[in-house]
Amino acid sequence: MTLLAFDWAFTVEKAILIAVIISISLVVAMYATYAERKVAGFIQDRRGPNRAGPFGLLQPLADGLKLFFKEEVIPTHSNKFLFILGPSLAMFTAMMTSAVIPWGGKVELGGRMVDLQVADINIGILYIFGVVSLGVYGMMIGGWASNNKFSLMAALRGASQAISYELAMGLSLIALLMLTGSLSLRTITDQQIQGNWWNIVYQPLGFLLFFICSLAECNRAPFDLPEAESELNMGYHQEYSSMKLGFFLFAEYINMFISCTVIATLFLGGYDMPFVDESQLSGVTALLVGLLALFGKTFLLIFIFMWVRWTLPRFRYDQLMNLGWKGLIPLALLNMVITGAVVLFTMK
Amino acid sequence: MESLTQRAKPVDRRPMNWLEKIYLWEIFKGMSITLKHFFKKKVTIQYPEQTRPFSPVFRGLHILNRDEEGRERCTACGLCAVACPAEAITMEAAERLPGEEDLYREEKYAARYEINMLRCIFCGLCEEACPKDAIYLSETFAPANYSRKSFIYAKDDLLIPDPVTNPEEYAKAKGLIDKKKNLKS
Repeated sequence: MTLLAFDWAFTVEKAILIAVIISISLVVAMYATYAERKVAGFIQDRRGPNRAGPFGLLQPLADGLKLFFKEEVIPTHSNKFLFILGPSLAMFTAMMTSAVIPWGGKVELGGRMVDLQVADINIGILYIFGVVSLGVYGMMIGGWASNNKFSLMAALRGASQAISYELAMGLSLIALLMLTGSLSLRTITDQQIQGNWWNIVYQPLGFLLFFICSLAECNRAPFDLPEAESELNMGYHQEYSSMKLGFFLFAEYINMFISCTVIATLFLGGYDMPFVDESQLSGVTALLVGLLALFGKTFLLIFIFMWVRWTLPRFRYDQLMNLGWKGLIPLALLNMVITGAVVLFTMK
Repeated sequence: MESLTQRAKPVDRRPMNWLEKIYLWEIFKGMSITLKHFFKKKVTIQYPEQTRPFSPVFRGLHILNRDEEGRERCTACGLCAVACPAEAITMEAAERLPGEEDLYREEKYAARYEINMLRCIFCGLCEEACPKDAIYLSETFAPANYSRKSFIYAKDDLLIPDPVTNPEEYAKAKGLIDKKKNLKS
């Protein structure tokens, strides 16, 4: 099926894969809001939402419906185009990251090798970092276009936090990249499947640093200063109402899902089911087992994200910056140097 | 300085040691506490389906009592209205006509008997003032409503079900009254 020297089946296959991945991330993000409220309730000896549908399972739908029917307020003297661009950009960048994540191995379906990864680019991690940095623009534009000084200050707060923690995140990753020698997420996963151990065993400190930094990147407690609804005036989405506010909040949950998947891929073996030899299984079974493993790890990480949020109080801003610049970055550098030395003396 | 009570706890002002300074260990301790709470029994009472049990001395909405033959006990003497500190009770007396002996116990009865549940403070003084055992405070409380008018309870809302025509409901309401009586004697 080649028309104009163009593989149409490949295009269709990728389009379907993209549609599936985006709908899965939307559904997961939707139910992450429900899970968040349930986890919060359980940790505080409450029950959480349990009225809409059995066990409150229709609660996210009710919330979404409510947000859609709320009045759309655009402040006067705000830049209308940028005001709408802010949440759209936040949503867009949140979705884009999922393109390079290997969701499963290659599998033979109908005589074609189907790859469960939208794009296996050799700079996968760099791509993720690039897109995540773009996510800061959504925050900045939203805060700036609101024409409200508190929104603007919150946006600056959020942007500076994101940038500071991106540094430590990148440094903690360099140590991992020295071990794997590749930036492609597919290669990193394959190495973990073929090797004996997952990367977390070789890089426990790196994992911890990366985890903490992703908490900060996702604006999750204890680093949810950009929002800080109780003491710092709501944050950059103060002037937003209706589904535009919903988009900002929803983008955060998608980000959380994607960053949990990235952590699972980088450090916890991706779609590698522990104690199971995938090469023994048939194609489709291996695929399903892989998906189960990846989603299991991701959901466990999401639960830990929530667990941390409902345990720890919020950091003060100077504490946040202290931890980032004086705590995490030196640790990441140290980790990098040690890993470098070990790689130099053992592998060559 | 000597403390005023024995329960006072001195604040630990020692500087943080190394383990506390790196946060991590303390964070794990905190997380283990929240995890324990995650699996704890929930204390919530699912309100419309479940209700909290009331004490027998609970003072809720009023009931106007009847005797065993289903006749109203109230004679409209007005003592409850006099006793009421919130002035929530309004009544109008009427004389019993021949042929109404199965409706009213005495020669005089309350033609109109209203309690304003928004004024009422549920103190129970009406119950204590009544010489005829005619008014009691039950274990239900006033439900929410949309208008002030709906909180003025008339005789139809207050009267206990008739033991002759509706013995089941009567027994239920009567049980509450008896429980209260036993408690007092």
